[in-house]
Amino acid sequence: MDLTYTPEEEEFRARLREWLAEVLPSLPPKPSPDDWPGRRAYDLGWQRMLYDAGYAGLHWPVDAGGRGATPTQHLIYLEETEKAGAPYVGANFVGLLHAGPTIASEGTPAQRARWLPPVLRGEEVWCQGFSEPDAGSDLAALRTRAWRDGDDYVVSGSKIWTSHAEVADWCELLVRTDPAAPKHRGISWLAMPMDAPGITVRPLRTLAGSTEFAEVFLDEVRVPVTHRVGAENDGWRVTMVTLSYERGTAFVGEVVACRRVLGEVAREARKNGRWDDPALRRRLGGLNAEFRALWRLTQWNVSEAQRNGGVPGVGGSVFKLRYSHARQELYDAAAEVLGPEALDLGREWTLDRLSSLSYTIAAGTSQIQHNIVAERILGLPKGR
Amino acid sequence: MDFQLTDDQRALKAGVRELLAARFGRERLRAAVDEGPRLDRALWRELGEAGFFALRLPEAEGGVGLGLPEAVLAFEEAGRVLLPGPLIATHLAAGVVDGAATGETVVTAVDGGGLVEWLAEADVVRGEATGAEPLRSVDPLTPLHRVPVSGGAGLADVRPMGSTGALPTAPLTSLFTAAEQLGTAARACETAVQHARTREQFGQPIGAFQAVKHLCAQMLVRVELARAAVYAAAVTADPVDIAAARLLADEAAVRGARDCLQVHGGMGFTWESDVHLCLKRAWTRTQRTGSATESEELLAADLVSGVGR
Repeated sequence: MDLTYTPEEEEFRARLREWLAEVLPSLPPKPSPDDWPGRRAYDLGWQRMLYDAGYAGLHWPVDAGGRGATPTQHLIYLEETEKAGAPYVGANFVGLLHAGPTIASEGTPAQRARWLPPVLRGEEVWCQGFSEPDAGSDLAALRTRAWRDGDDYVVSGSKIWTSHAEVADWCELLVRTDPAAPKHRGISWLAMPMDAPGITVRPLRTLAGSTEFAEVFLDEVRVPVTHRVGAENDGWRVTMVTLSYERGTAFVGEVVACRRVLGEVAREARKNGRWDDPALRRRLGGLNAEFRALWRLTQWNVSEAQRNGGVPGVGGSVFKLRYSHARQELYDAAAEVLGPEALDLGREWTLDRLSSLSYTIAAGTSQIQHNIVAERILGLPKGR
Repeated sequence: MDFQLTDDQRALKAGVRELLAARFGRERLRAAVDEGPRLDRALWRELGEAGFFALRLPEAEGGVGLGLPEAVLAFEEAGRVLLPGPLIATHLAAGVVDGAATGETVVTAVDGGGLVEWLAEADVVRGEATGAEPLRSVDPLTPLHRVPVSGGAGLADVRPMGSTGALPTAPLTSLFTAAEQLGTAARACETAVQHARTREQFGQPIGAFQAVKHLCAQMLVRVELARAAVYAAAVTADPVDIAAARLLADEAAVRGARDCLQVHGGMGFTWESDVHLCLKRAWTRTQRTGSATESEELLAADLVSGVGR
């Protein structure tokens, strides 16, 4: 058990820090949250800076144009960029973390050449068309249909929770190509151009008041058959391959950020006198234990990935269950510290408290994660 | 960074598990409960021979020369089988009290919380135990005495460790307690899962019901989070890391044993089930130095100290 970083890892960290200190002051001002074209331009601009400095696709394999970095280097990258206040992955999220790795792993040489470089260079934005109004936790029940018509698929249906749909160039789309097959075996993975006729994007307003994602309606949208990645009806497996890129790093930046916020919450409590309440103090102390442990669990999972070339998705479920809950607890505690001001939407923590509510739902609800842990790790029988 | 067990650490953990499975399996545990709190001196010497107490003592002083991570793995295994006796006090006395390292001398200590475990059976007590009064201990395998508050100079004040480490005994006691709790928590989780897989109601194993399944999943999540915290604290030996580890390990053990009891239904409430032994031991350990209140206050102070990362 070794928590010290190797000289190579420290060197990587030092060079990254140096670069961040040099370039971050030259960034343009952050666009407002509702300015989608502005956000797209800002996020792509940051990706271009990463590309020029050799940090684009850090965790992608070298033959896909990435850096082939180790999981530990990726952890260091995410830790340092968060600490330096660098931009988030933002609009590049699906391209860099879902669609890109899927194409890198399952695409033909032509598909890789067409779609991967623009993601790395910060030229194209991807969004994700997986969930549907009637296919949430039960994703494989999706009903968006694709019929073959000559060299095209004709796609009709609707998708939901699609982030960045308004500004995306491409959508990684799961469609049903064989309605007669068992639900996991009739699905295909398509790259759909977002400017194709028949696509309607309707922004969805979240309870926090912002439009972070959209519904996407598809009315006989034509997608060339050459845009299918993997074999027809093999889309479920193709999609699951992306999970093998999970290396324990999914929430590195967020845990670093939560630890910073927790310190700020404690200092705020000292300032406004609530620190004198031992119950509140102990609550914050407990959260310190929680986030310290989550950081150690991150290091544990990343080390496991480094040894085995990936962590099973179930290790991620253990982490996510506890982290999503802890994040909500953090902002509830922040609200206790703020008192009446916790009702002021002008306070950053108030908005963050609202957005924390999605954490136990998005990317697998806590209930589904509990099932995964119980069935795939503990070996308990499936049931209803 | 390579925050995983090394091959040697895996082998050591497996070795301790094997030894304890052979010498203190379930039957032995139940026999010990029936016999009452008697220390098994032969087992104690065997542990000494295996290096349990001398694990961190330098080889030059006749020890095994290993570090805190290895000691934590050994205590985790001891916690898993609910091994009775003042293990931590004797371990911490190795190299300080004659015969402790070899298991010839059983050493107990007055804990910072004012309790002494195994006072009547121990050969040596560290700290001031004058006027100690016995309690009717809730844990059938941890006899307890309470030291009058005025006279109770906790071991924390007595002396720092000898040549084997810079940390005073209080945080070490808390760290090893966390390791024992981790082992007990893992056992509670495994016991619950085993029961949920085999016990049938309504025509299926109760583990197929989500209400039961989710209890088991939560137990594992607590175990794995505590494991990361305990192992990390063993590597850094940082008092704040130790406080975090202790808090999470106490939670994993106590709540794990409670949930294990719940999964067992009526049988969990019986004396013949082992579940209550896990819970009572876990409860007993929570009272040792570095308890939840102390740890949370330390962790809170860390938040405003300016040195926390």
